[in-house]
Amino acid sequence: MQAATSMDSTVTDLGHELRRTHLRAMLNGRLLEERLRSLYRQGLIHGGVYLGFGQEAFSAAGGCCLQKGDVFAPLIRDMAGRLAFGETVEEVLRTYLGKRSGAMRGRDGNIHRGSLEQGILPMISHLGAMLPTAAGILLARRLRGASGSVGLAAIGDGAMACGATHEALNAVAVHRLPLVVMVANNGYSYSSPNSCAFACDDLVQRAEGYGIPGHHCDATDPKAALATMAGAITAARETGQAQLVVGKLLRLCGHGEHDDGAYMDAAQREAARDCLSFGPEQAVADGILAAGEWDQWRQVITTTIDTALATVEAEPDAEPAQEDWQAWSESWPGLEAAP
Amino acid sequence: MSATSYAGALRLALDHALRDDDDVFIYGQDVAGSFGGAFKITKGLSDRYGDRVINAPISEDAIAGMAIGAAMEGMRPVIEFQFADFATIAFNQLVNHAGTTYWRTGKPCPLTARLPVGGTPGGGPFHSQMAEAWLGHHPGMVVFAPATVDDAYCMLRQAIASNDPVIFCEHKYLYEQVRDDSFNPDLASALPAGEAAIRRHGRDCTVVAWSAMLYDALRAADVLAREHGIEIEVIDLRCLRPLPRDGVLGSVSRTGRLVVASEDFPFGGVAAELLALVAQHGFGLLDAPPVRVSSLDTPIPFHPSLWAAHRPQAADIVAAVIQTVRF
Ligand SMILES: Cc1ncc(C[n+]2csc(CCOP(=O)(O)OP(=O)(O)O)c2C)c(N)n1
Ligand SMILES: [Mg+2]
Repeated sequence: MQAATSMDSTVTDLGHELRRTHLRAMLNGRLLEERLRSLYRQGLIHGGVYLGFGQEAFSAAGGCCLQKGDVFAPLIRDMAGRLAFGETVEEVLRTYLGKRSGAMRGRDGNIHRGSLEQGILPMISHLGAMLPTAAGILLARRLRGASGSVGLAAIGDGAMACGATHEALNAVAVHRLPLVVMVANNGYSYSSPNSCAFACDDLVQRAEGYGIPGHHCDATDPKAALATMAGAITAARETGQAQLVVGKLLRLCGHGEHDDGAYMDAAQREAARDCLSFGPEQAVADGILAAGEWDQWRQVITTTIDTALATVEAEPDAEPAQEDWQAWSESWPGLEAAP
Repeated sequence: MSATSYAGALRLALDHALRDDDDVFIYGQDVAGSFGGAFKITKGLSDRYGDRVINAPISEDAIAGMAIGAAMEGMRPVIEFQFADFATIAFNQLVNHAGTTYWRTGKPCPLTARLPVGGTPGGGPFHSQMAEAWLGHHPGMVVFAPATVDDAYCMLRQAIASNDPVIFCEHKYLYEQVRDDSFNPDLASALPAGEAAIRRHGRDCTVVAWSAMLYDALRAADVLAREHGIEIEVIDLRCLRPLPRDGVLGSVSRTGRLVVASEDFPFGGVAAELLALVAQHGFGLLDAPPVRVSSLDTPIPFHPSLWAAHRPQAADIVAAVIQTVRF
């Protein structure tokens, strides 16, 4: 049985390009989510807005280390990881703004968006449900003799208590499927602190119970998060074995934009490190980023978002007259579409 | 050639589906090896199809979730639940995930979930239930419930070939009880899904049944003809979602009377749906109020004599038909 591994030793192996890509994806995620917050406050978004503030380093690390052809099952705080894996700003905005051109065509919203062609699974709300689905894709590929790809599924500290999560972790271990499960332990499950969600010292201890390697990191440290995710994803790809990664961080916002998070521990919040502040400092100190470059990125990304928003806003909304109201892919006799 | 059982026809359908399409695979508890599943439906298949017959841990939620992933990837998984009752654990994946996939993504979700349904003596509350109402309730779901050997074979092939998620309800009582010595897989043919079969013609009253209840309806038909001079038309629904509306309304238009016989609980079931259908779309066809015969509205009892009183019997159908005809 593998003990939980610290990946600190591999930090120095990270290439500069990967670190820059990672940082940029973090900034992409934060700036786009800041825009979503503002659109939400203007009443321009249908449905809820859930943000990944404070989780960008971890999420982007997952997205950056995947390759084309891999499978990603993001959850509600994975904007940075999605963008790193190739989702475009336009695609994000189309769904939030309820456009017919969006992947979900107005039928499902916001964080549920995804594209099977791109390997981004459109999540259902039920926590834990996407883990076995990602595993099933990997099983199918193995049965078809297509090897080399891995899956990455995101989950939170709270959803580690779901039966579906447990069933999937056990199944990927039993079937030796290369699924990396990344647990963002952000301290809260909606309003409930960790003490309400689990009673072990660290969720990474569960890896041993499943018989898979476990990894953990301080996910407010971009370099550590990237090194840990890179190590876990590489291990899954090379050994074909599932991996459990726990990133410790803090949710730097409410559960959703409807929630002010007043129940959160104020001192903990005060002391928390924001990966978006620490990331550029660390990168400049490491010689990865030139002074001033971060602000240039910020400007470029902001312009990209402005342009994408202008494009998407002009696109037609979802509307009933354009719907086929078809829930079945086949035309079954006697199953008329609308009532 | 010895008579083929319903179970044997199911096994043959799986065998042929695995033979004809490399994208078909079986995933479920105890399905592989020499054991071949709790009801032996997959016995021998792993000898021939090796890694496409896969044993699963006792994780119904994950089994269904993995099948959805494999189906999204273009394969045609067939998952086996040991008893339909345990599919409650997979309810979320089946209705919220498989059932919404096409609508949400435009991509099909071609999985087949095999559920051994229905009561047997001694089965009790958790090994006897029907599954059509709660799984069929949701958009995107297809529910088959074959009653004959030909349909067991043909409809399982249809289910696996379908691009939508199919809940395939196989009645445990039928596995060995129903046999057909003329069954030939090369000649077997089934109506398209969504069409009901008329299993016996009659002009006095329509009796709609499906799954094992078909045989109670046919026994009732004999009694009614012999002892009461009443000829009922027995409709085998075969498929509950889509519901063969035309077949039911067509029969009621000939008989003017409807009795629905269901092994399921009465509340919110397929029988209620059929009565609603005929009340709304066939009111003018009716010469008497439609009647539904269902199980009692309690959990399913364990003791065989309690169970026999709980589940509708041919005599209950006879009584309902007489009441309807004499209205
Ligand atoms: C099965 C299920 N139960 C309840 C919910 C409602 N819900 C949505 S997010 C959430 C909290 C999740 O906490 P955690 O897993 O820690 O993720 P985080 O929100 O912190 O990222 C809850 C309870 C749900 N989506 N799914
Ligand atoms: Mg949390």
